[in-house]
Amino acid sequence: MPVASDSPISAVRTADRAIVRNAVGIGVATGAYGISFGAVAITAGLSVAQTAALSLLMFTGASQYALVGVLGAGGGAVPGVATAVLLGTRNALYGLRLASLLEVRGLRRAGAAQLIIDESTAMAVSRNEPREARLAFWATGLSVFVLWNLGTVAGAFGAKALSDPRVLGLDAAAPAAFIALLAPRMRTREPWLIALVAAGAAIVAVPLSPVGVPVLVAAAAAALLSVRGRPGVADDP
Amino acid sequence: MWPAVLAASLGCYALKLAGVSVPARVIERAGVRRVADLLPVALLSALIATQTFASGRHLVLDPRAAGLAAAAVAVSLRAPFLVVVATGAGSTALLRAAGA
Repeated sequence: MPVASDSPISAVRTADRAIVRNAVGIGVATGAYGISFGAVAITAGLSVAQTAALSLLMFTGASQYALVGVLGAGGGAVPGVATAVLLGTRNALYGLRLASLLEVRGLRRAGAAQLIIDESTAMAVSRNEPREARLAFWATGLSVFVLWNLGTVAGAFGAKALSDPRVLGLDAAAPAAFIALLAPRMRTREPWLIALVAAGAAIVAVPLSPVGVPVLVAAAAAALLSVRGRPGVADDP
Repeated sequence: MWPAVLAASLGCYALKLAGVSVPARVIERAGVRRVADLLPVALLSALIATQTFASGRHLVLDPRAAGLAAAAVAVSLRAPFLVVVATGAGSTALLRAAGA
């Protein structure tokens, strides 16, 4: 929309429109991903209400997939909750980065906190101007929240209608989703090392520990490794 | 399953709220940051490994492994998220239908 973008005001409006357009686009893409989450959660044995509650209350995709994955495999509530919460730690780091940008207090802070996810953070921190960053955060966060929840409910009812969702390979959808979430983090040598150690530790732990616990064993092994790791390794391109 | 759903939701929300509420220096310490950056990598790879190769407490090689391999190929070709998920699920379903 390059028309009359000479005046500062219309330039601002053009930038705002682009931010909102991006936010809706990301919301639609994530909503479709919500459909797959809804279906996977039903396949794992959750009810439609439990599935909808997760998207509404937890609202962080990787943790949601992790919880239903562990519960669906027959793991206990404790390893399931621990895995989901550990995966949610990255949102605390996002919050730290966003705190100075958002400048929210009280109820608005409580509301903003729920919208802190990969997508809203990425869109906010990629803006140089604080006002645009705030708009990007709220627009992306709200758009993803609405469409993710709608998608979840649609996917849950859709899978409920199937007699056996395994026919569609939906039990293999979660590992595929995890690979897609992992890929952008694998840019240096260190994450590969961590990933291999964690996967190896989990596999070794499978026959030795209750379902769900191998993932926590792997996390502990990787945490030890990263604390003891040589500082130089982290900076390798 | 309700207690797990609610407890995990509460935990995840508490972390989000803590991030925007605590003074930055608490979490900005290099060691904490490093672990927090690498933890998702460790958890996601462990989840991939167990949800592909474990059945209860047994290690198995079934059509899910082929689905994972297909999804990995899709990721390496920079396919969008949903294409990756559909590739993983679809190839597993096809192999099952073929009786593998």
